[in-house]
Amino acid sequence: MLNRTFTIDDLRRILREAAGQDEWVDLDGDILDTGFDELGYDSLALLETGTRVEREFGIKIEDEALTSARTPRALLGTVNTHLASASAS
Amino acid sequence: MTARVVVTGLGVTAPNGLGAADYWSATLLGKSGVGRITRFDPAGYPARLAGEIQDFVGADHLPSRLIPQTDRMTQLALVAADWALVDAGVVPAELPEFSAGVVTASSSGGFEFGQGELQNLWRKGGQYVSAYQAFAWFYAVNSGQVSIRHGLRGASGVVVSDQAGGLDAVAHACRQIRRGSALVVAGGMDASICPWGWAAQLASGRLSRSDEPDRAYLPFDARAGGFVPAEGGALLILEEAGAARARGARTVYGEIAGYGATFDPRPGLGREPGLRRAIELALTDAGLEPDGVDVVFADAAAVPELDRIEAAAITAVFGPRGVPVTAPKTMTGRLCSGAAALDLAAALLSIRDGLIPPTLNVSPAPEYRLDLVTGQPRPAALRTALVLARGYGGFSSAMVVRAPASASASEETTEDNRCSTGPSPSTT
Repeated sequence: MLNRTFTIDDLRRILREAAGQDEWVDLDGDILDTGFDELGYDSLALLETGTRVEREFGIKIEDEALTSARTPRALLGTVNTHLASASAS
Repeated sequence: MTARVVVTGLGVTAPNGLGAADYWSATLLGKSGVGRITRFDPAGYPARLAGEIQDFVGADHLPSRLIPQTDRMTQLALVAADWALVDAGVVPAELPEFSAGVVTASSSGGFEFGQGELQNLWRKGGQYVSAYQAFAWFYAVNSGQVSIRHGLRGASGVVVSDQAGGLDAVAHACRQIRRGSALVVAGGMDASICPWGWAAQLASGRLSRSDEPDRAYLPFDARAGGFVPAEGGALLILEEAGAARARGARTVYGEIAGYGATFDPRPGLGREPGLRRAIELALTDAGLEPDGVDVVFADAAAVPELDRIEAAAITAVFGPRGVPVTAPKTMTGRLCSGAAALDLAAALLSIRDGLIPPTLNVSPAPEYRLDLVTGQPRPAALRTALVLARGYGGFSSAMVVRAPASASASEETTEDNRCSTGPSPSTT
């Protein structure tokens, strides 16, 4: 497995594909610590986003771990932890 | 509790026109939206014509946030609701929180979306099925999405009775207004011109197999051989008449004056189908005698047996050639749950303009003894219109619309002239 990292730009792209973007949200701004609710994404949007991340990065993340990540920084952390353990194993 | 229900806004998406103004001018010009299917290759199917809405791209009208989670029928419904609210001059955010709701009819749900996700499931696996499949295919999704978009949190719902649904939804909205809702967005919208939706429609055995758009859908014609399905519909803004007046509604298209719905007897009993009784119930509800109806918008199945039943019901109530009858849906095809809602819009616009739109392409069979309006729009002083709709499986509904009170000032308004929409738990 490639030693790949899940970046904020990956997240921005996948969020847009999975769930679109609210007009009043600047997804390209500094959003690392902005809550997903503030960014206009509900739990279903995050579920769809998570499924797409799993498909693209070849990992499996429990639904609870996905939906408990309240900010992009937390989700990056969750995904990258999974990526690290996947490449270590 | 009595309530007169008026229509104060129209949102139309039809194969021959996007927006009420475009639809209506196309309809008066006899412009058809029926053609060979373009949304998939119909070559291998026994029916190949449909009324498709061309040039509608949901993303042109709606936020990107809504696109991945919506079927085409929901995108059409969201846009029609936007237009209807603008037409009515209503700003939903200014309404009391639970005073306004949404009632739509649906025939199939989001078939095109559902087909795509089923294909993902069998070709790629469960990981590739959209999370939004959870609701995007629901019958109730149009009501839900319109409610969420505009914060319309009052009594809402969905009715499923095929083509009769467009009237049944408006009747249910009238009930909600009688129970205290200030405003309801109501009507029907369907769009299932995709292989899965097409297979489901073919199962009825009632689709036209013609490849000629001007000979494919000929209700009340000796050549009738089935109908052309279509996509689209209409959403109406319904308000209690006093509330509409109090907020200074700029347009009152007319009043929902009466409604009747019946269910056909079980096949094989030899009993009369329910349509005539639905008409009589609607007239009674509106406080009208048959001679008080100025025009009938027919269900127009274009299946000979069903045409015969409808013509018999109309002539039983109104007499042979006793009332002008028309079917502007010959220009759109049959829109499932959207059809009767669109006919309500057409009926109200007919009353406004004093013009009955024509039935396109049809040479009326004399045996039906109908005064069918064909060729050109017919000028007429119209104060009332009766809209008929039948749904597959035995549903028959009839609804009377009446000119707005200002246009019929000489008429004494009585409690009998309200939209009572039949017995309900709140009526004692």
